[in-house]
This record gives sequence, structure tokens and C-alpha cells, in this order.
Amino acid sequence: MASAEQGQRVLLQGNEAVVHGAIAAGCRFFAGYPITPASEISELLSVMLPKVGGTFIQMEDEIASMGAIIGASLAGVKSMTATSGPGFSLMQENLGYACITEVPCVVVNVMRGGPSTGLPTNVSQGDVLMARWGTHGDHPIIVLAVSSVSDCFSITVRAFNLSEKYRVPVILLSDEVVAHTRESVVLPSQDKVRVVDRIAPSVPPQWYKPYADNNRGVPDMAAFGEGYRHHVTGLVHDERGFPTQQPKEIESFLMRLHDKITKGFSEIMITKNHLMEDAEVCVIAYGCVSRAALMAIKMARQHGIKAGLLQLVTLFPFPRKAVDAALRQCKAAIVPELNLGQMAREINRVNQTGTRIIKHNRIDGQMITPNEILKQILGVS
Amino acid sequence: MVVETEVIRREYLRHDKKFPHVWCPGCGNGIVLGSLLRAIHGLGLPKDDVVVVSGIGCSSRMTTYIDFNTLHTTHGRALTFATGVKLAKPRLKVIAVMGDGDATAIGGNHFIHAARRNISITAIIVNNSTYGMTGGQYSPTTPYGSRSTTSVYGHVEHDFSIAELAVTAGASFVARGTVYHAAQLDKLLEEAMSKRGFSVVEVISNCHVQHGRRNKLGDAVTMITGFRDRAVPVAKAAKMTAEEMQGKFSIGVLCDVDKPVSTEEYERIRSEACQLKS
Repeated sequence: MASAEQGQRVLLQGNEAVVHGAIAAGCRFFAGYPITPASEISELLSVMLPKVGGTFIQMEDEIASMGAIIGASLAGVKSMTATSGPGFSLMQENLGYACITEVPCVVVNVMRGGPSTGLPTNVSQGDVLMARWGTHGDHPIIVLAVSSVSDCFSITVRAFNLSEKYRVPVILLSDEVVAHTRESVVLPSQDKVRVVDRIAPSVPPQWYKPYADNNRGVPDMAAFGEGYRHHVTGLVHDERGFPTQQPKEIESFLMRLHDKITKGFSEIMITKNHLMEDAEVCVIAYGCVSRAALMAIKMARQHGIKAGLLQLVTLFPFPRKAVDAALRQCKAAIVPELNLGQMAREINRVNQTGTRIIKHNRIDGQMITPNEILKQILGVS
Repeated sequence: MVVETEVIRREYLRHDKKFPHVWCPGCGNGIVLGSLLRAIHGLGLPKDDVVVVSGIGCSSRMTTYIDFNTLHTTHGRALTFATGVKLAKPRLKVIAVMGDGDATAIGGNHFIHAARRNISITAIIVNNSTYGMTGGQYSPTTPYGSRSTTSVYGHVEHDFSIAELAVTAGASFVARGTVYHAAQLDKLLEEAMSKRGFSVVEVISNCHVQHGRRNKLGDAVTMITGFRDRAVPVAKAAKMTAEEMQGKFSIGVLCDVDKPVSTEEYERIRSEACQLKS
């Protein structure tokens, strides 16, 4: 297992880079259950966490893992779990608990073919909508997708920072190809990594209201054992944390959960433009597929076609503004995905200009190649 | 030591919070709550250092009413959250309050693994042989032949002995008490909370509204005094035959052993790994 000194050029696989990103972001607790293709994250963290004073535990299942990271986060420690599709299914109930109790944590889902046990060692992007809507109830959540080893480091750091700032669980979607691809990267030294921590209350304990609204819409968060005794429950609660069934309190609480994310839209929306300045045809992609798409638009340029790539890093909340701009600019958008069109559905939803949207899908466990995407680009030019 | 109820009431309940409580008149949960608070008071634990975690159901509402760091989690998962809290901040005293269905049906796997792991958490399991809050369906401790809303023809499955399950799974301390034997329960809870490692106290309690009514077991007082008649001290029970123990159960300390505690072992690993690095 490769270990990396920050600031040096190292050869790492995506899963290892997630670990380095997590440690750099301040993650000091990991609970998980082994599953292909996410297991390397557990393995490396079991080695690295105790060295930085953190804790690793292999729980009895994924439900337990999700519960444990919520408990650890409430005790004031940044925490994470990592899994793949079947395990992610099991985590959904407690993920909802983290949403309603506003407990910061990061859940990495290294996607593999599904449904069910599916294709354990094959790539997929089939869990995109599950990441958004897998748990019950109306709730906001942040979902980020990584496409490279360097992304695995930097976007993991971003995931922790957004989670801490907005007190919301953040789903990091990786996939089998990104997870196991080895690339040469330079990890930034710790002093170059921007780390955001949750804001602790500054009022005396008797004044503390654990779920009180403020100008950020994100309540200050006290850790257990620091003198701010408070109640945490998965029931809809009032600003003091106690169960409520008052319609006014229910609605204002649930709306605040959504509003705090809305207020942060510009910071949360991460997209990357490649050759989009003069693009007439664009590819909208994310995860490993965006790598093939980048190659494809470069090949298209050699054919004299003005093609560009809009890479989505934030999948949810849906980066409508960036997608809208790309759709307005281009006559056609190609959406290649390793599913039957889960993000294409979202893109269609915001397509105000009637731009032609062409889905390109594979669900046979194989990657989408640059040539396949190029063929689609040539088809619309 | 007899503790003044008034002191406990004033010191540990959340008066300005969500009272009245949700429990039915005569419910054993109130007795368990009283014992829990007297045990914490008796041990002199600072309120800021106590975390009480609960699952879902009647007994799990206990966390709402008491003035500690409290965590009301998802059904069956109290021990998983408690494990995270304890590992992240080992100096905290972590207590998990669960019901029988909570701890041994939906949470059965977490329960046996917490015991196997021997993590320093105290599990209090209020066993009233039914799913009370959700309407009186059968639970893993509903006796064979009993009636419930999901076994109206008589229950065809056999019940768990929670305490014996905990012993087998590897808990360091296991005891069984009842809501009739409140003074003994105070003591058992104190012992459990002072124990290094995973400690379990099964408390036989009454649900006269759901379980009792359907099985003609009488009102709260009848059910609770019934525990007096059916409970046999552990030492005495050991000398009795299976026939003599029919319809009875043992109370007291079933298991008290010392073995390595995972939370403490991990702290050792952590300090060794930190030194290795520097």
C-alpha cells in the first residue's frame, strides 16, 4: 500500500488519494465494512489513522458504520465511511438521520455495477440518483463526483469542508475506474490545504440552542462532553432539539435545512469547463466518463469541430446555472453515462432552450471510450 | 444509601422541556429511569461526561427527559452510535438504553458484536416482551404461546434470554433485574457502569397495556408483583432443576469477568503508532 509524504510526487490509486485527502481535511474517525471496490480506503485508514491520533474501526455492517460515524461526529471528531452500492443501500436510514440532525460526515460510495450484488468488480455510475434520494423524506444533500486521483484528494477535502460548514452529510461518488487507476500526483503540503471546521457555540451553556437559526441558517454545533448538554433526535425537533409536532415549527425547521444549502449554492457548485469558450457542441459528463469525454472533445477539435466539455463535480444540488449556460451556448449536448441516463434526466429537466440532448449509455460494466463519444459528436456536427 | 427523590428530580430531569412524558400510567420505564439516575448520582458522575444513547420505542424516549448529552437514534442502532461516541471521546461515560425488540431483533447483530468487541459501554435493556409503542406486536422475548397483535392465535416462536445471550456473546458484566426489585436494580446499574468493558443489565419490566392486557396478566401492580414471585436469585437458581425454574427467571449478576477492553486496547495502539511516526 503506497504511503505518500505531502508535497512529493507519488504514484497513487484513487482510493489511496481519498484517504490522504481525508486525513489532510482533519478526518480522525473512520468506521466501515469491507466491500469491493472501496476496501483499500479502509485498509489504508486502519494504518494511517492511529498515527495521527485518530480511530479506525471495522464495524459489523454498513448500518453500524454509518451510526458510528454519526456518533463520533457528535463527539466532535470529523468522521467518514466508505462503501460501494450494496453497502450504500444499507446506510440510507442513518444517512437520513445525519440529514435531520445536521451531523457533518462524509460518505464515500465507490460505485460498481448494480442493482443488488450486481457487478462487484466492474465500473458503473448507477447510484447517482440514490445518492440524492436514497433516504426517505424531503431533504437537501450534497453529492460530489471525482474523476481523477488528484480529484480524489482535493474533492475529498472539499467534501469535508462543505460538510462542516453546512452541517450536512456529503456523499462523495467515486467509481471503480477512478478508485483503482494509478496516477502520478503531487499532494499539497498540509499548510496549503484549506481546512474548514464547524463553528462551536460561544454562548454560556444555559443559553445554547442547538438548532437555532442564525444568519447562516447553520446552527453552531457543540460536541458531547464540552459542557453543552443537549438532545439529539431523528424526530423533527424544535430549536432546542426536542421533538415537536407543531406545524409551524416543523415547516420552519425543514425549510431551514433546505435554505442553508440554497444560500451556499455558489460555493457548493463545482464544475469544470474544458474548451467551452467557443464550443458549439458540448459533452456534459462526470466521474471517470469525463476523462474519456475530455479526450473525445480534443479529438473532435482535430476534426475541426468546436466541441467542449462541461464536467460536473457537484451533482447535487444540481448545478443548474452552469448546465443552463452550456445548453444555451451549444446546439447539442451529449451526456455519456454509465447508467441509463440518471443525470441526463436532470439535464433535460433544466433544458429551457430546447437544446438537443443526446444520451449515451453503457450498463455492461465496461468504460465508455473516447471514440464512442467522438462518434456522437460527429453525428451532431 | 437512600437518595432523596427530590434531589434526583431537581438535579437530573429536564423540567423546562417536554413533560409530561409519553409513558402509560404504571409503566416500568419510570422505575428504570429512577434507578438509572440514582446509579449515576451514586457514582458521582459529572453530567457533562455522561452520554445516554437510545434507540426507538417507549423506553428509548428516556433520553428526552434527562439532563445529559442525549442521543435518540434510529431503531435498533443505539449501540452503533454509542460505539462512535465512545471511540471518538473515550473519557465519556456512554450508556445505551434500549427495549427488547430494539436491542435483540433489529439491533441483535449490533448487540452481540458490541459484547464480543468488549467496548466500554453500559447497555440497559428494558424487556417488556413486546413492541409497546408501535402497537403490541410480538418481540424476540415474547413467550411461546402468548398473544400479541401479530400472534393472535398464540405465538409459535421461542423467546431469547437476553442476559444469557450477552454472556455467550462475551460481555464483561451481565446482570438481570426487575422493576419490582428497584433497590437491587440501583445497585446492578451502579456495578454495570463501574465495570470496564461491555456491561449489560436486562431489566424485566411490565407492559400491562399491550402485552399484559392481551394475555390476561392483570394491571401494572399485578404484573410488577408477579416479577417478585417469579424472580429467583442467581445463586439459588443455580441449584434448582429445570422443572423448578419453569416460569421463573434468575435475577442478580450472571457474569462478571475481566478481559481486555477494545477501547483501551485501541488507545494503546494509537499511542504506539503516534510514537512510531515521530
